[in-house]
Amino acid sequence: MLGQTFFLCARVLRNLARQPIWIVVMIVQPMFWLLLYSQLFRRITDLPGFGTSSYIDYLTPGVAVMTAFFSGSWAGMGMIEDLDRGVLERFLATPAHRGAIVFGRILESAIVASLQAVLILLTGLVLGATNGGVTGWLVILVASFLIAAGFAGLSHGIALLTRQEASMIAVAQFIGLPLLFFSSLLIARDLIPGWMRTLSLLNPVEWAVRAARGEALPGTDWGEMGAFVALLVAFAFLMAAFATWCFRSYQRTL
Amino acid sequence: MDAIVVEGLTKTYKDVQALDGMSFAVSAGQVFGLLGPNGAGKSTTVRVLVTLSTPDGGRASVAGHDVVRDPGSVRRTIGYVPQASGVDREATGRENLVLQGRLQGMRGPAVDRRADELLETFGLAGKASAQVKTYSGGLKRRLDVAMGLMHRPQVLFLDEPTTGLDPEARAAMWDELERLAGAERLTVLLTTHYLEEADRLAQRVAIVSRGRVVAEGRPEDLKRQLRGDAVSVELGDGQPDRALEIVRGLPDVFEVIAEGSRVHARVDQGAQAVPGILAALDGAGIPARAVTVSRPSLVDVYLHHTGRDFHADDEAGGG
Repeated sequence: MLGQTFFLCARVLRNLARQPIWIVVMIVQPMFWLLLYSQLFRRITDLPGFGTSSYIDYLTPGVAVMTAFFSGSWAGMGMIEDLDRGVLERFLATPAHRGAIVFGRILESAIVASLQAVLILLTGLVLGATNGGVTGWLVILVASFLIAAGFAGLSHGIALLTRQEASMIAVAQFIGLPLLFFSSLLIARDLIPGWMRTLSLLNPVEWAVRAARGEALPGTDWGEMGAFVALLVAFAFLMAAFATWCFRSYQRTL
Repeated sequence: MDAIVVEGLTKTYKDVQALDGMSFAVSAGQVFGLLGPNGAGKSTTVRVLVTLSTPDGGRASVAGHDVVRDPGSVRRTIGYVPQASGVDREATGRENLVLQGRLQGMRGPAVDRRADELLETFGLAGKASAQVKTYSGGLKRRLDVAMGLMHRPQVLFLDEPTTGLDPEARAAMWDELERLAGAERLTVLLTTHYLEEADRLAQRVAIVSRGRVVAEGRPEDLKRQLRGDAVSVELGDGQPDRALEIVRGLPDVFEVIAEGSRVHARVDQGAQAVPGILAALDGAGIPARAVTVSRPSLVDVYLHHTGRDFHADDEAGGG
C-alpha cells in the first residue's frame, strides 16, 4: 500500500509540475502574503502581547500555516476532476489499495505545503525573521505538513460526498476565512476577545499556529507545543479516516 | 471452461431497474458481444463484472472468482477499458501505462518493457512522451485499450470501445481489436450499440433489452433463425406513420416498423412481396423512392425478440 500511495502521489505532483502558472502562483502567493501583511500591520507589535517587537517574526509561521491550510482546503477539486474523468473508476477496477487512492492525494497536499513553507521561511529570513533556527524551522514544517494533510483529508471527503465543484468551492470558502480569524494567526492572542480565544482552542488552524510559533518566538513552552503537535497528528488521522469513509460511501453509490 | 458466468443479476438505481435477471456465459478465449440500445443495462453489467458495482441479486464470476465474495482476485485477472476512458489527460501515454502496471502490482523493469511493447503494438510509440490531452480521439482510445492489457489479463472488458469515434478511427479500432482477438489468448467481453460492430467482432452476441438478455447465439445463427427476408422501403415524401399503417394491413407481412423516412418489414419471400407493398403505398398516394430486400439483420433480430425498434430504443435510452 505504501508503494501505491507513493506512485499515486507522484502522479499528481508530476501533473502539477507541468503547470507553469500553478508553480508561479504557488511560489509568489505566500511571499506576497508575507510582504503585504508585514507592511500592513508593521506597527501592530507596538501593542502588547506579541512576545516580539518584530511582526515579521510573528507572522512568518502564521503565513506558512495559512498557506498550508488554504491549499489543503481546496485539494478536493482534484478529486472531483478524477471523478468526472473516470480516473477514479479506472483505479477502482485494479487491485490497488483503496486507502492508497486517498492517502496519495493527502500526501500530495502535505508535500506541496511543506515546500511552500520552506519558501516562506526563506522569504522571512530575507525580511529578517530567523524563526528560532533549525528546530524552529523543523517545527514549522511539521505543523504545515500536518495541517495541510488534515484539511486535505476533510476536503477530499467533502469532494467525495458532494461530487460537485460548486458545492466543494462553497464549503472551502465557508470554512476558510472563519477558521483564519478564529485563530491568533495574524494577531496576538491577548488582543482577541475572550470568547473567541476560548473557541479558537477548538480550531486546528490555531493548534498549527501555536505549534509553529512555539519555537520561533522567545519563551518556548515545549510541553504546550508538543500537545498542539499531538492534536494536529490526531486531526490529520481523523480527517484521513473521514476521507476513507467518504470514499467507501462513494463506492456504494456506484 | 466459462471465463464469465452471469446468473440472474438484478440491480436498481433509485427507481430505475438497470438489471432485471441478466444471465449469460462466455467461454474462455471467446470474443463475446453484449449488444443493446443505450440504457439496456450493458454498462451496468460490465461494472458489476469488474467489481465497481455490487448487484442487488444474482451472482457473477470472472475466471472462476466470484465478483462479490472475491473482488481482489477478479481485479488481478481482468483488464477494464471503461466507456469514459479514465486516462490521466495531464500525464503522458507512457506514464499512464506505467502507473496502470504498478497499480496492477507489476514491479521492476518488467513494467517499462511491457509499456514499450504496448506503445509499439498500438502505434503509440511516436506520442509516448506527449501528454494525453494532445492525442486525437482514436489515439486516446488505443491507449485506453493498451492500458487494459498492461498486466496481461485473462479477461478484457471493453465498454463501448468505439462510441464517439469518427468512422475512420472506428474502422481502425475494429482492425486493432480483430488483430488482438486473434493474437492474444484472451477472453473479451465487448459492449456496443453498433450492430455492425457486434456482427464483425463478436463470435457470440447476447442481445440485451431492459436489463435482460432476449437472445443469445452466434450472429449468423440469430439471423438465420428468422424466416424470410427484410424489406426496407424509402418513402418519397415522408408520411411514415400512414405508410406504416398501410403496410401493416397487408397479408403475409410481419414485424413492420417505421424508421425515419423508411418503413421496414419482414416477409416470407422478398421478391414476391415487394410489388404488393409498392402497389398498396402507391394506391394511397405515398410513392416509394427506393426498395431494398436483404437477409434479416440484427435489427430484425432485436425487433423479433422485443417487438420494438432498436434505433428508437437507442435514442430513447439517451447517450
